[in-house]
Amino acid sequence: MEVSSLPLSASQRGKLISAGYTSLSSLCATSSCNLARDLKISENEAADILKVASRRSGLDKIENGGQAIMNGAQTAWDMLHEEESSICITTSCSDLDDILGGGIRCKEVTEIGGVPGIGKTQLGIQLAVNVQIPADYGGLGGKAIYIDTEGSFMVERALQIAEACADDMLEYNSLLWKDSQACEVNIQPRAFLNNMFYFRICTYTEQIAVINYLEKFISEHKDVKVVIIDSITFHFRQDFEDMALRTRLLGGMALKLMNLAKRFNLAVVLLNQVTTKYNEGSFQLTLALGDSWSHASTNRIILYWNGNERHAYIDKSPSMRSASAPYAVTIKGIRNSTSNCKRVKLM
Amino acid sequence: MANKLISEMGLPKSVANVFAARNIITAKDALSLGEFELMELLDVGLQEVMLAVAHISEISCPSYQTALSLLEQRSQNEYLAGHLPTRLKGLDEALCGGIPFGVVTELVGPAGIGKTQFCLKLALLASLPTSYGGLGGRVIYVDVESKFSSRRMIEMGLSSFPEIFQMEGLAQEMAGRILVLRPASLSEFTESLQQIKLSLLQHHVKLLIIDSMAALTSGEYGLGRSRHHPLGWHISFIKSLAEFCRIPVVVTNQVRSQARDEASQYLFQVQSNAETIEDRPKFDSHLVAALGIQWAHAVSIRLVLESRSGQRLIKIAKSSISPSIGFYFNITSSGISLLDDEGVEMMGAEANTIHCQGHGGIINVDTELPQSAT
Repeated sequence: MEVSSLPLSASQRGKLISAGYTSLSSLCATSSCNLARDLKISENEAADILKVASRRSGLDKIENGGQAIMNGAQTAWDMLHEEESSICITTSCSDLDDILGGGIRCKEVTEIGGVPGIGKTQLGIQLAVNVQIPADYGGLGGKAIYIDTEGSFMVERALQIAEACADDMLEYNSLLWKDSQACEVNIQPRAFLNNMFYFRICTYTEQIAVINYLEKFISEHKDVKVVIIDSITFHFRQDFEDMALRTRLLGGMALKLMNLAKRFNLAVVLLNQVTTKYNEGSFQLTLALGDSWSHASTNRIILYWNGNERHAYIDKSPSMRSASAPYAVTIKGIRNSTSNCKRVKLM
Repeated sequence: MANKLISEMGLPKSVANVFAARNIITAKDALSLGEFELMELLDVGLQEVMLAVAHISEISCPSYQTALSLLEQRSQNEYLAGHLPTRLKGLDEALCGGIPFGVVTELVGPAGIGKTQFCLKLALLASLPTSYGGLGGRVIYVDVESKFSSRRMIEMGLSSFPEIFQMEGLAQEMAGRILVLRPASLSEFTESLQQIKLSLLQHHVKLLIIDSMAALTSGEYGLGRSRHHPLGWHISFIKSLAEFCRIPVVVTNQVRSQARDEASQYLFQVQSNAETIEDRPKFDSHLVAALGIQWAHAVSIRLVLESRSGQRLIKIAKSSISPSIGFYFNITSSGISLLDDEGVEMMGAEANTIHCQGHGGIINVDTELPQSAT
């Protein structure tokens, strides 16, 4: 284990190496006052370096006691249990929920892309509403963060979808409590809107800032269960000269979002635009931001026109098979495609 | 907020000085670098860098609103609930009141279909006094193709609002509120956009029309494989203009014929098609909007004007609130008028196709079309 792998500043690292402290083990064997003398730095600073070093060596050390063989590791068996208990946000389209295994999963980053007008924003708003369905109705009873980079969020539309959702819940309620004295629930569509935190982002700097800030924001608003970014692409598609920088920034963002999803047990939904790509002699549609970005999300769903019907296709997922299902955008929001009862087609 | 100064963010003095010494002045400078890059550059520990980045992010992140407060704010502060009525009953109903404030609405269609007519009418409507249901403000009309015709506009005014336009001096006042710009090149247009931003705030401008956006790039934009859209900057600028001034912005877009190998499918679709032998429908028309897919992503509402079996049709091709619906129309002396306020429902992708059948026919047959319109 080399000293150079420690998260230390360049000058401290330089001092360590020139003083002969090249390996971690050499650091473990010294005390802070010795180190301070050798490096000609203050004792406090030396103590900080040792702290960093011991944290690192602790990570690498194999502990035999307790259940954990490796710190921070989890057995596949535990993960299975966790996955089974993990909750999904319904899309309000049962065909789509079927192929997704219940809906958009928490703890995962899901990327949804498609041509203009296919219904990406609609799906985004629908999810922001559906995440608030109370647990009594099989929902999460959470709140939503909607990060709008394009200015395409229409609050009137959100109200429409919220009203439809409230109606559906009332209907469900009356079915469920048909015989018993109707238990009065008061579902206010406006309350749905009150639980949507809307950030309007105008530059890519703000986009990075808001993603950095989310960690703090969510720890203050623990019941946030979905983060929707509509779209992840917009500011990164223009005014970017340095493509390597773009890739790095996007990579950093993806990592932070992934961590957020895991840490707070919430779903992250990224909406993406499409672009054309030259492939084997012809131009094809593909999601924007390039090949390295396509690794960033856990699941990738492409929305496309199949004849006159809207379809969703699972392009990438570690746990679900590749499949497509029809859906429709109605006045109430995302719903099953009504034109026919076509079976879900497995590809 | 991207250009906020780090020195004014209340970071500890020592940290702020380190940033300043490395010429990292604004939030943009700092956030464009990864945490490890910053650590390397600033020569401080990871812990401090992370704290500083978190602080900078928090300060430069815009504050949130709940959707409810957004809704209340809109409905309280805005005249006509934030829409410019087109006075085409069916279309207004479908669009929930008209052309919405704060977003970019696009008109796409073949030449001569009536895009400019529609724009002229909108300009007129916005300049009407509020007592007559207009917006009572100035209109900026960016006329790239030199198609703006004052005579035609006054004619529309006279036949649609005779009671106003026959009043002494009112026609002059209306027309005096419409400012026409004629940029000759993309760079000139870029310049005038920046001026527009200033005058929007100062001069009570209620509508911005750009006719047409595509003409600006003809020649410069084709199938070139440039990584950047030539209008990339303009797209975001126009969108932000619309949003921060809360005015409707209407742009027109031309059509071009679709190249044979143009992408319209994803790789997985191509693959599954290959198995079931070419069953892809052959489109009878090969017209597509001239500005590509990136532009199409940026507009909030797209209205397609087309001609179908000899009749003109205007349809809502993209909107996050309205259903896909189309209306047959013709062009009369008062501008565009709908034949039927009922509208026809568009099935799926049909809303996005642009037909141009028998288009030559209607122009000849349509005797109502006044000469000044062409």
